[in-house]
Amino acid sequence: MTIRRDPLDPNERELVREGAPSPAGPRRAYMPELPDGADLTQEVVRFDGGSRVPGQHGATDLTKDPAGVPDPAQVEVPAALRAEIEDFMSRYPDSRSAAIPALAAAQRVHGWCSPQAVEQVACVMRLTPAYLTAVVGFYDMLEGTEVGRQTVYVCTNISCSLRGADDLLASLKGEIGDHPDVNIRGFECLGACDIAPMCSVNGTYVGPIDADEVPELARQIISAQDPLPGKQLVRRRVADVAANSDDVARASLDSGTLDPVSLDGGRSA
Amino acid sequence: MTNHLLFQDIDEPGLSTIEVYKRRGGYLMAEQALAMARDSIISSLKDSGLRGRGGAGFPTGLKASFIPQGKMDKFLVCNADESEPGTFKDRELMQKNPHSLIEGMIIAAYAVGANKAFIFIRGEYVQQAEILEKAIEEAKAAGYLGPDVMGRGVELDMWVHRGAGAYICGEETGLLDALEGRRGNPRLKPPFPANQGLYQGPTLINNVETLTAITYILKVGAEAYAAMGVEKSSGTKLISVSGNVKRPGNYEIEMGMTGRDIIYGLAGGIEDDREVLLWFPGGSSSPVLTKDDLDLPYDYDSLAGAKTMLGSGAIIVAHDGNSVVDIAVKTASFYKHESCGKCTPCREGTSWTTKMLKRIQSGEATPMDLDVISSVCEQIMGNCLCVLGDAMAMPVASMVTKFRPHFEAHIEQARAANEARLLAELDAPGNVLQGIAAD
Repeated sequence: MTIRRDPLDPNERELVREGAPSPAGPRRAYMPELPDGADLTQEVVRFDGGSRVPGQHGATDLTKDPAGVPDPAQVEVPAALRAEIEDFMSRYPDSRSAAIPALAAAQRVHGWCSPQAVEQVACVMRLTPAYLTAVVGFYDMLEGTEVGRQTVYVCTNISCSLRGADDLLASLKGEIGDHPDVNIRGFECLGACDIAPMCSVNGTYVGPIDADEVPELARQIISAQDPLPGKQLVRRRVADVAANSDDVARASLDSGTLDPVSLDGGRSA
Repeated sequence: MTNHLLFQDIDEPGLSTIEVYKRRGGYLMAEQALAMARDSIISSLKDSGLRGRGGAGFPTGLKASFIPQGKMDKFLVCNADESEPGTFKDRELMQKNPHSLIEGMIIAAYAVGANKAFIFIRGEYVQQAEILEKAIEEAKAAGYLGPDVMGRGVELDMWVHRGAGAYICGEETGLLDALEGRRGNPRLKPPFPANQGLYQGPTLINNVETLTAITYILKVGAEAYAAMGVEKSSGTKLISVSGNVKRPGNYEIEMGMTGRDIIYGLAGGIEDDREVLLWFPGGSSSPVLTKDDLDLPYDYDSLAGAKTMLGSGAIIVAHDGNSVVDIAVKTASFYKHESCGKCTPCREGTSWTTKMLKRIQSGEATPMDLDVISSVCEQIMGNCLCVLGDAMAMPVASMVTKFRPHFEAHIEQARAANEARLLAELDAPGNVLQGIAAD
């Protein structure tokens, strides 16, 4: 074995094995048996703009100029949405700070941060749609694709998964199926590990959810009812039983707050 | 009973309204504080020994003293993003006693001379944000907030700013970027937010629990607060216990209690009376401890001595029915998802660590992957703008170090299972590979 150096570039070198037999003929590859008449000229599936990545519909047209700040005369913004965004903008020394609340408000109106929603926010806030699209892409709760209006987040982080959150997500997804109104997804820690496994239905925290409650919960989600009223977070007393004096514990029971473990009025010590 | 401050009678019906809060002596401390000199509030915070409750444990009084003096636009930001997995103490405080937070913020804002305050709450906390907004309205109507707070010529404006779901916004500079309406990417420090923070102005950022504790420190007195807990970790701490325990939830403890007293005493022990496999003492970012460490006192310095941290006070317990590999994969995938992508060590490191751990999970790894994971984790730590990468590297590296036999056993077991499955497939009648494999 010797080292062959490139005379022009001494750092370029390659190993040469002397007297090695040349490979015997072309390598044989394993070919699966194809059914008769199989189409071997099938083309790779392409999406809009020539993209091979699904979801990248309408790839960037590089010949077009980037969109500027929309012209107020050209964009129609619902009056309530405009008022809401302007209220947000007035709260901050720099109106740009209102970007996240404004996009969230537009999402409540349009269901997701559609190009139209982004354009409306851009028009009121005097920002470019590209800037706002970048903000939408960063945050999990701002939806860049069309989704259902019923938002269900199932926490699948560590504490919840120790108590069966992955099974909950799978069974709830299976129970709801591909319902067009429901946007159900596994989510990062929702800050409610005490009621694990749990989910957030349009911002209402529910848990701990037993396996036999899943069909009922799915039905309530689809029909936009109050999810499992007995298991909502707001009904729970603090787990630290020593924090409340007996009077307060009794009074809180009268107002409907229950012991967190058994969800009844008894005080487990 | 006597060691409860923040959680004392927290379930009193109607506590979130200003009437009940005032009946319990609410806003008296704010009134008292506004009659005090600003320096004396900061020095009593220093005397109390209060340390930041969000995770870093930086002395609060010292942080407040970094804010420059003089008349300028200064900001107070309350970090209510609470996205550290396992943490849910601030949620309980904001939901049940929002006025105690507002009162603490009035005191803190007066102490540093801030005239604009924001509560950055995570977008998922919809109900809590509504409760806070209502409480702020009530406080404004009662004259505790506004252009002339309690007739003392102090201006304080306060708003709730809702986030939209990003772990990185719990990092103070990432939070500031999100509050300025940008993608929540952390900034280079220094300059620290105390000098150049929100809108380049001096900014004091504190956690919900820290700001709420300020009210109670003034109430009981700095000396009495410092006498609680242990040296250098004074006062009470809200802890969130979750995972495989019988009574998961929030507890208020004096620091220095042992892990065993918390897990087996307060939280009622392990589900099905099993053994502890591992526990995270301070959220999923803290290096894990085993059942041998249960007798460690729960305070900042003891945990730092055990090469872990108190963090946000979130204890996550896993019993021995769980696989440490699954826990490692869950932990790493979370940080991979939440990495903002600004710094390469974190963006690539979290992604590759997750890939390697998944390879281990599916039986396609060799024990050498464990060494590679350790070395990747080592290269993330301390090399990024913020500590998100470290937050993945620390627990994962500690799991790989402390549970290496578990990982190696899993690798071998999963590999053997894969091999057996493939051989069985090969032996199945009609497999075209049979002839080739014989060669």
